[in-house]
Amino acid sequence: MSPSVPLQEMIRAIRSARTQCEERGVIQRECAAIRAQFRQADNGGRSHNLAKLLYVHMLGYPAHFGQMECVRMIASPRYSEKRVGYLGAMMLLDEKQDASLLITNSIKNDLSNSNQYIQSLALCTLACMGSAEMCRDLAPEIDRLLRASNSYIKKKAALCAVHIVRKVHDLGELFTKAALNSSCCEYYFQFISYCFWFSFTVPDLVQIMKGLVISGYSPDHDVAGISDPFLQVRILRLLRILGRNNEAASDAMNDLLAQVATNTDSTKTVGNAVLYETVLTVLDIKSESGLRVLAVNILGRFLLNNDRNIRYIAMTSLQKIVGTDHNAVQRHRGTIVDCLKDQDASVKRRALELSLALVSASNIRSMMKELLSFLSSCPPELRSQTASGIFNAAERYAPSQRWHIDTILHVLTTAGGDVRDETVPNLIQLITNTSELHCYTVHKLYRALLSDISQQPLVQVACWCIGEYGDLLLTGECQETEPVQVTEDYVLDVLETVLQSHMSSPSTRGFALTATMKLSTRIRSIVSIYGSCIDVELQQRAVEYNALFKKYDHMRAAVLERMPVIEKNSQGHTNGETIKESQTVKVKPGEPQQPANQVQDLLDLLGGLEPTPITPGLTFTYTHNELQKQETGRDF
Amino acid sequence: MFALVANQKVVIDWPCFWVVLGGSFLPRGVYTVLLFKMQFMLLFSRQGKLRLQKWYVPLSDKEKKKITRELVQTVLARKPKMCSFLEWRDLKIVYKRYASLYFCCAIEDQDNELITLEIIHRYVELLDKYFGSVCELDIIFNFEKAYFILDEFLLGGEAQETSKKNVLKAIEQADLLQEDAKEAETPRSVLEEIGLT
Repeated sequence: MSPSVPLQEMIRAIRSARTQCEERGVIQRECAAIRAQFRQADNGGRSHNLAKLLYVHMLGYPAHFGQMECVRMIASPRYSEKRVGYLGAMMLLDEKQDASLLITNSIKNDLSNSNQYIQSLALCTLACMGSAEMCRDLAPEIDRLLRASNSYIKKKAALCAVHIVRKVHDLGELFTKAALNSSCCEYYFQFISYCFWFSFTVPDLVQIMKGLVISGYSPDHDVAGISDPFLQVRILRLLRILGRNNEAASDAMNDLLAQVATNTDSTKTVGNAVLYETVLTVLDIKSESGLRVLAVNILGRFLLNNDRNIRYIAMTSLQKIVGTDHNAVQRHRGTIVDCLKDQDASVKRRALELSLALVSASNIRSMMKELLSFLSSCPPELRSQTASGIFNAAERYAPSQRWHIDTILHVLTTAGGDVRDETVPNLIQLITNTSELHCYTVHKLYRALLSDISQQPLVQVACWCIGEYGDLLLTGECQETEPVQVTEDYVLDVLETVLQSHMSSPSTRGFALTATMKLSTRIRSIVSIYGSCIDVELQQRAVEYNALFKKYDHMRAAVLERMPVIEKNSQGHTNGETIKESQTVKVKPGEPQQPANQVQDLLDLLGGLEPTPITPGLTFTYTHNELQKQETGRDF
Repeated sequence: MFALVANQKVVIDWPCFWVVLGGSFLPRGVYTVLLFKMQFMLLFSRQGKLRLQKWYVPLSDKEKKKITRELVQTVLARKPKMCSFLEWRDLKIVYKRYASLYFCCAIEDQDNELITLEIIHRYVELLDKYFGSVCELDIIFNFEKAYFILDEFLLGGEAQETSKKNVLKAIEQADLLQEDAKEAETPRSVLEEIGLT
């Protein structure tokens, strides 16, 4: 058995291992030695062995065999062993391990030890990893320590009690009965802020806080000129909780908050930390309006700060109040929009959320310009959020239809791949609703299609429009865009390119095929090719359209007429029928008899009419809605 | 709502300060959002090697490893001038790099990020005072001391003592106690003395 290597030598040996394999070898040897040592009787080297094991554990190697040793060492009378034992307990044992219950008794004994440092070890461990059972067992001890001990232990007992109450809410009542005395140390107040569930009234806290803010300089508690910022932040936090929904309490603290907000030096982070907490408190309690304005102004100042961290938290806070204090936040819109151009992704994200919240009818045009330019340069993870935000804003505040369509098209060309699926049907619906812009829209889309067919949603919408309004494209007149000479061949070429491109998804191809069908009566050949396509959806469509040519040619013109205006969420009687129709359709894909079956089913649903003759009117309505559904990809 | 029992006496006496408090009741739900709570703190090098990990929430070893791995990757991927705060899962992560070590804390949604930066800074100052110009090697070779100092400064995820002097005094006393206790026991060999840090 190798002699136990002192801790630092072991660390050196591990660090000098050049490969992972070598390191593993060293560690395995050490662990074997440690295990052997654990089995031996007490030899005085137990604390370094456990320390070595803890180091190994930190590197990520298993160390379960050390758990019982921790338990044993905690029970040892030697302070050095207790210290490492408790450290081991906090690292290796957590409340999920059964072994953790074994230390409850040791902790109990140590809590009553005459030496305060041993008591503090026990308190620390309990507060760090005490399970609910342990907390219940030891709560009376903690209560005792809270009442009658020195301030060093009282502080720790108080924090331990906080942990206990978090774990077992019922025990809160036990601790509220304890009276607390706290004395100062040489220069300044003692740290008492965590005894929060005792009755600090607002006046008490105000007094303490005033003392901190105004009174003299204590080098010990001072951080960059702010007296005990940790305590100040705690008190402000508690004031926030006390003042929430409570008029009287909020009034009592108004003056103090104003004082802290104006007097705190904001050149260093620590001053800003206190100011930040003050702002959060002011915004959360029932403060008077002057104070709120002061708070929002502080946030505005933060926005202009050079430190990126400060800008970030300013935006986070503004986000929380943009609903309630909208106008106040609007004043800082310019700065917020500038933050969109920041280098940091977190800051960008915050600025985006806030900008979207600040869009309103009055600033829609300028904001949209900014948002669109942001979209073209933003990091990929923010794209879809930006796109949907833009769509929502455009929907709510669009100054004109044409602007709306333009905006959507712009988004589709820039970030087409990141928009949500329902964008396409929504856009199609919007287009059908603006009949005066059909010509303009179709021209624009055609041009977009000519330049780029990689953005699927754009291509889908473009195909659909060309299919619907292709004749407007061919007539070539449109007041709003320059005239372009478009012939049928060009249009068909474009559609064919879309169909054949490897970039087009199957649904896009579906759109293109339908559009092609709509446009021309002479291109059966293209359609028949797709009758043997691998994609089921395409094959089905191709075969149906072929059938339309073959058997129902007399109906083809009627069937392929222009679509009516689509109502949003229409709950017509056709709803159930279309759903049923889709079910029957999926049964046998790709067979020529299928269209005939469809027609049979149609007639069954319509109440058992004769298969022939079919009144064109009825069928027209039916298949038209079916086509509608297929084309727009949306179920009504 | 929150009921106050008017049973307290406040006497402020510079430089002494006594506060006597009576009992009161707070709504239950308030307890858990009452105070600043750090969920865990990690120290790791620029190569991603863990130097210290302190967990204040109960998690299995596997979960801890997973969180550590992911978080270390995320933080190391950040560029130098970026914000010290990031959102990760449902926590806020506050990190700062001191020389070759990253100090990384996870706090809850309600907590103040700026004061967390100050807490990290205070811990570094304590280490610096204790080790005398601390560097990463000190923390590697004396990791248990780093833990002891952390445990004197933070308890259950909250800051327990805001005076630097008091924390260092407590550590000093505990170290002395360790030495005295050892000397009171059977005498150790010189080699073992060196091994004990």
